[in-house]
Amino acid sequence: MAFPYNKLTGEDIVFLKGVTSPERVLVGEEIQREYYHDEMPEYGIFAPEVYIEAISKEEISAIMKFAYEHNIPVTARGAGTGLAGGATCKYGGIMLSVMRLNKIIKVDAGNLSMTAQPGVLLSEVAAAAIEKGMFYPPDPGEKTASIGGTVMTNAGGMRAVRYGVTRDYVRSIEAVLPDGEIVTFSSNVVKNTTGYAIKDLVIGSEGTLCIATEITLKLISIPKCSYSLVVPYNDLEKCIDTVPKLLNSTLTPTAIEFIEAELLDIVERQLGKVFPDKSGSAYLIVMIDGNTKQEVERDCDIAAEICLEAGARDVMLCNTEERNASVWSIRGAVLEGMKADTTGEEECDVVVPRSKIAEYVKAAKEIAAKHKVRIITVGHAGDGNIHTEILRDDLTEEEWKVTTDLVLKELYAKSKELGGQLSGEHGIGNGRLKYLEDFVGSRMSQLYKSIKLAFDEKNILNPGKMIEIM
Amino acid sequence: MRIIVCMKQVPATMEVEVDPQNGILKRMGSETKTNPYDLFSLETALRIRDKVGGTVTVLTMGPAQAEDMMRDAYSMGADDAVILSDKKFAGADVLATSYTLAQGIRLLGGADLVICGKQTTDGDTAQVGPAIAEHLGLPHTAWVKEVCYVDSGKVQVRQDLVSVSQVSEMQYPCLITVDKDIHVPRLPSYRLKKLSEGRKVRIITYKDLPDQDLSRYGLVGSPTQVERIFPPEAAQERVQLEGDSEQKTEQLFGLLVAKKLV
Repeated sequence: MAFPYNKLTGEDIVFLKGVTSPERVLVGEEIQREYYHDEMPEYGIFAPEVYIEAISKEEISAIMKFAYEHNIPVTARGAGTGLAGGATCKYGGIMLSVMRLNKIIKVDAGNLSMTAQPGVLLSEVAAAAIEKGMFYPPDPGEKTASIGGTVMTNAGGMRAVRYGVTRDYVRSIEAVLPDGEIVTFSSNVVKNTTGYAIKDLVIGSEGTLCIATEITLKLISIPKCSYSLVVPYNDLEKCIDTVPKLLNSTLTPTAIEFIEAELLDIVERQLGKVFPDKSGSAYLIVMIDGNTKQEVERDCDIAAEICLEAGARDVMLCNTEERNASVWSIRGAVLEGMKADTTGEEECDVVVPRSKIAEYVKAAKEIAAKHKVRIITVGHAGDGNIHTEILRDDLTEEEWKVTTDLVLKELYAKSKELGGQLSGEHGIGNGRLKYLEDFVGSRMSQLYKSIKLAFDEKNILNPGKMIEIM
Repeated sequence: MRIIVCMKQVPATMEVEVDPQNGILKRMGSETKTNPYDLFSLETALRIRDKVGGTVTVLTMGPAQAEDMMRDAYSMGADDAVILSDKKFAGADVLATSYTLAQGIRLLGGADLVICGKQTTDGDTAQVGPAIAEHLGLPHTAWVKEVCYVDSGKVQVRQDLVSVSQVSEMQYPCLITVDKDIHVPRLPSYRLKKLSEGRKVRIITYKDLPDQDLSRYGLVGSPTQVERIFPPEAAQERVQLEGDSEQKTEQLFGLLVAKKLV
């Protein structure tokens, strides 16, 4: 085992500048503070010893060979928009940014695929697909994420109900292994039974197994029409009970989100954004895509009848860009609104079987009451991924630490009891690491370690994330 | 209280073809939606009705397919919908359009309050509302940002002019045009859509109108001559600033000074 690692020396820096370029290698105080953490500084602030912007797979390979030989930890970094404290230099060493590998290499209409370097932004991938009349469905909300980051974290997002998650849209990955060797997992094929499905294992591995240098993505034909329904309810239970009814119908909604009026009030109060309906105390927002207006209108009518049957007050239709924006811009602003409404927050990202959502949400509220802390649930009702936001308000540092730990443990226990998982889309990183082994059990944890060591026997690639090997 | 809201169907997308011969938008066949500004005016009308009582009638000039828009207005809560539709109205500019709408309002027996959107997203003149008021001899206030007070006899509104905010009070009958974001427009309701399925959308043609002078309507009644119409050139220049927030702020300030924007 490699730990403890070697510190970088002046000689090492000279070498790294030699295999890259001096202006792309920053040391110590030259490194911007934003690279010390991701979007959740709560999950750890760590200074890299050196920050390098690579421009080719050959450079990454050379850096990894060097790090492997010299026993230096390396953390690959995309746009830094993660929510798990994943892309940080927990044990110092090299932060290796892939953001300059930012070319879309090919959009292949014949194969319905796109090949891109990891530093291309998600928004650029989406736009390049649309330009060629195709569609890249994964939309985790954060459009400034890098495609490499979304692959390495298996980003989800609300469209998962109909289209699935990032893993469903990756055909192949070219990557640099911890010893510097360049390999390709799978290829631009639709099915593959050749050996272990390592490509799927690498997706979501949070940069602990390899560094992606080129990714081939699957695209689909673009849906021509997209409407959304806003469905107000008098109570949350009826609201959530509607979800399985929608899923068991002839429809395949693209997204089913739920949101409580309390959160809409927060967004209005903090950000001045007003939701176009005030009649409910809880809402479902259902997105329906299709190829023709007639098809989408018909599906909206079917969905509306199901919702009314299930006790909705009414069903409101968003059938224009402006109407869709008036709803989705508010759904997109909830995290910002909550952050502004409190002094600190902790997010629990559990996913439970869809039939258990109501039970989980009810339990979360009871846990909140028991610990006298404000909890708001919001999220992807269509796939069971419930973001449970714990708000700090006026708790002291110590109270906050103790309370969040207790609350999280109870929320995770509840998720497990209901057949759920600890994280649905944000990942483990550093932030959820301490809860993982308890959740998955020691045998599973041992398997994780074995997998990590099969790729990275020196434990130099993003160490201390997902699994701790000491 | 009787409120009339003037509305217009506009192309749903930004990619619209223009007839090079006469400079008129090719509307047939393309997807349409309600002019977004008119949803602000309808929302304003519905709120006033819900507060003061009365009815909201939506009025448009356009082809028969404008019925979709009127049904959408029913789903938002409008009480009555009327389309001024006749080939003789086609090709109208601001003057002929506003005259035709004013004639429609006269035919409907007038209104206590007429509400228009500030402008449309296709024509963009922001003149039709005030022109209707002039044809009808009504006091009017354009670009209204807020309805400060309203009862069954008068309305007090605030308009944001370039350098001042002005609050005006008008006795009925009068006309206002409302700016965007005066309220967030409500969404069409499925329940109201079902309830209004059997309800008629009335069609009014040229022969129904009080003024039968053909020279006031359509292309003939339009003194505006469009010489050429073309999409503006999209100039996109992107500058990426590097450094920490302080350095970036300084660079940004430098750029703004260099362009004489500050």
